Amino acid sequence: MLSVHEVTGGYAGAPVVKNISFEVEKGELFGILGPNGSGKTTILKMLSGILPHKSGDILIKGRNLSQYTPKELAKIIAVLPQHSSQAFSYTVKETVSLGRYAHQKGWFQSWSSEDEEAVNRVMEQTGISHFHDYDIQQLSGGERQRVFLAQALAQEPEVLLLDEPTNHLDLSYQKELLDLLSVWSKDCGLTVISIFHDLNLAGLYCDRLLLLENGEVNINHVPNEVLKEGRIREVYRTKIEKLPHPRVPAPQMVLLPERPKAESRFLNRINPANLEAREDLLVIRSPFPLKTMSSGVTGSGTGWNRIFLNRHVSKNYDCSDHRAEMAEFIREIGFEPGETVGMMTAVYVEDHSSKFYEEENFSVYVAVTAGIGNAVDASKSEAHSYHLSPGTINTWIFVNGNLTEEAFIQCIMTATEAKTKALFDQKVKDAVTGTIATGTSTDSILIAATQQGESLEYAGTITPLGKVIGTGVYECTVEAIKNSQRRIKK
Amino acid sequence: MQKQYIRTYLNNKILAYITAAAFLLCAMLMGISIGTVSVHPMTIIKVISAEIFPFISLENTDAMHSNIIMNIRLPRVLLAGLVGASLAIAGAAFQGLLRNPLADPYTIGVSSGASLGAVLTLFLGLSIPFAGMFTLPLFSILFSFLTIFAVLLFARNIERSMKVETIILTGIIFSSFLGALISLMIALTGEELRQIIGWLLGSVSMRGWAYIKIITPFFVIGTILLLMNSKELNAMSFGEEKAQHIGVDVQKRKMMVLIAGSILTGAAVAVSGTIGFVGLVIPHLTRLLWGPDHRHLLPLSILMGAGFLIMADLVSRTIIAPTELPIGVITAIIGAPAFAIILMKRKNKI
Repeated sequence: MLSVHEVTGGYAGAPVVKNISFEVEKGELFGILGPNGSGKTTILKMLSGILPHKSGDILIKGRNLSQYTPKELAKIIAVLPQHSSQAFSYTVKETVSLGRYAHQKGWFQSWSSEDEEAVNRVMEQTGISHFHDYDIQQLSGGERQRVFLAQALAQEPEVLLLDEPTNHLDLSYQKELLDLLSVWSKDCGLTVISIFHDLNLAGLYCDRLLLLENGEVNINHVPNEVLKEGRIREVYRTKIEKLPHPRVPAPQMVLLPERPKAESRFLNRINPANLEAREDLLVIRSPFPLKTMSSGVTGSGTGWNRIFLNRHVSKNYDCSDHRAEMAEFIREIGFEPGETVGMMTAVYVEDHSSKFYEEENFSVYVAVTAGIGNAVDASKSEAHSYHLSPGTINTWIFVNGNLTEEAFIQCIMTATEAKTKALFDQKVKDAVTGTIATGTSTDSILIAATQQGESLEYAGTITPLGKVIGTGVYECTVEAIKNSQRRIKK
Repeated sequence: MQKQYIRTYLNNKILAYITAAAFLLCAMLMGISIGTVSVHPMTIIKVISAEIFPFISLENTDAMHSNIIMNIRLPRVLLAGLVGASLAIAGAAFQGLLRNPLADPYTIGVSSGASLGAVLTLFLGLSIPFAGMFTLPLFSILFSFLTIFAVLLFARNIERSMKVETIILTGIIFSSFLGALISLMIALTGEELRQIIGWLLGSVSMRGWAYIKIITPFFVIGTILLLMNSKELNAMSFGEEKAQHIGVDVQKRKMMVLIAGSILTGAAVAVSGTIGFVGLVIPHLTRLLWGPDHRHLLPLSILMGAGFLIMADLVSRTIIAPTELPIGVITAIIGAPAFAIILMKRKNKI
């Protein structure tokens, strides 16, 4: 559809764009990325025929760009610029109708029924029909952008060029516009070439991305290849980190803000002094949010949380809507569920066991409550019927260190193995199968890390962190089991 | 579908044309009728009809009235109308092209260029062979074209985006400079060119039919050129890049509009001197009343501009009769405050 071959050019003086080549197929959604001044807009201006190029060829449908008359070109390529100026108050319909200019023939350039249909159709598609007789100057930025999009579409182009189309649009319009573009490119074969500032949007919607650096092509590939952490860091010269999108297989980039030095005062640690044992409730309050991975009732999954609760509930606790009830409870005692990891247990919380381990470069605080009423042997759990009851072994591990994602997962593995060993040594039995239990049916775990100080990459059983967690969880679990058993015997 | 659309479209605009034409007709009748000797409108209609259709007899009509109408007032009104129409449509086109409601032949310096051309012709006693009486308007047109070109080039050099304010400022700089050149020439010559000063202030009095013959061909050519570009002006008022994206051959069309605007301004200045603000106020008013679509804005501006200048001329010769005020004084008294209001409105918007 469109091919750019060794094109060099720009404004007077040094060329902005140097020796660039790429091709765009029909129906593709092609994104152009690059830092400010990398030549994105220059390329777009060359493609639309506004700016002549110094050397190289731009072929559109196999024909050289310079061989097209402005009218012929306008029937193939339409452009939605970043800003559209409007000096006078034309109505929306007058503005959109201008897009038909290239299609009108003859001296009088009369308005045909075809023109009328095309204009009505694009106004319908862009959702602006209901204000067709408004002045464009009365409209909001987002509405105006849609009017100019309709104007471009009224040209019935085969290629649509966009310069940062989502600039000035709020989130819902951004999504709406890009959804529309993606539908048109897939269903109607419209070729879309768009400049993006937002790498994440580009990654979500584009079939292919062209990354420019100083007027040259850095890479031209699928989003997963282009949006690599190292490459983006280098080209944009900034700290970013890459995450998977929760729903769509597209990479997402996040910025890492430079923390002001003053925040090092937060180089606090979580230690036994942070633990408050209230009646029926264990609370740890952190002065700053900790990165957590947990399976609690509230705040489960990964996140950042500041408050950690382990709440005693009676054996007869109604589990039908335990999440809502727990959130309500958290609010009642004056905390915010959005920054809280909350767990439940049938065990009395004063039977908990906690220990603090100080290592050379990091420290770990472990707290466990353990009841073994509904102990289960995981290898024989087939024999159990599923029912939800308050968790009985709740393990908390606070690490004063900077953990990788991998280390978080290994923490959970190591802690689980240590817990299982504790049950084994205490000869806790699965009541149904009569074999040694590996845990209980509703255990929960929390790993919370300050993400400051020493970087801890791994937490396998024989790593420095793993060793502490293994010992700590084992010791605390044994002690907690003993504590609760003692109460039952009484 | 198509027919219905065209019909409703025209229906909306027919009223506009009727109103504007009625305004022009009233202005013409008033312009011919009112004066030291007043003439009844019916007499005017009769005399003019008799002139066009010789079979209508002029019984019961005073020969003096007929003489006043045909030799004094009608040519004056027609000249005022043509000058007003030329300046208004040129202003409308400049405003559309420069995306700037403050542009007009006067504010962007084109009128001064045309004046310099005219004065230079008189000063040097230039004459183009075979052009005869068209020498003066041709030099005016040439100079107005050179001026607008210089102004735009200068403004672009200052600032690529050519902001409204830059063009106006450049226009003012050029106006003052060209004005100084004109004054210099006047100072250098003797008494005989002192009359030019009166002419420069702008007037349509005592010109006669000869001047109408001079301006008419230029008015027709300029107007046709602009009307041919009315769609392109619509496109270009969204910016030159936008117009090119839509498919307009911007360089060619822009040149056509600039040439047409210079022809209209140059010819108008050649016959009546510099009359300011018509080209500013009339297109603006027309746009306010009936919208910015140049397909209608241009013809409606012609009607409104003609009517307006006829009325202004009427005021200028009657308000402190028997003394005549220069017509430029009247248009400036109305136009300058209008200019200020437009400017303030723009600021508020920003």
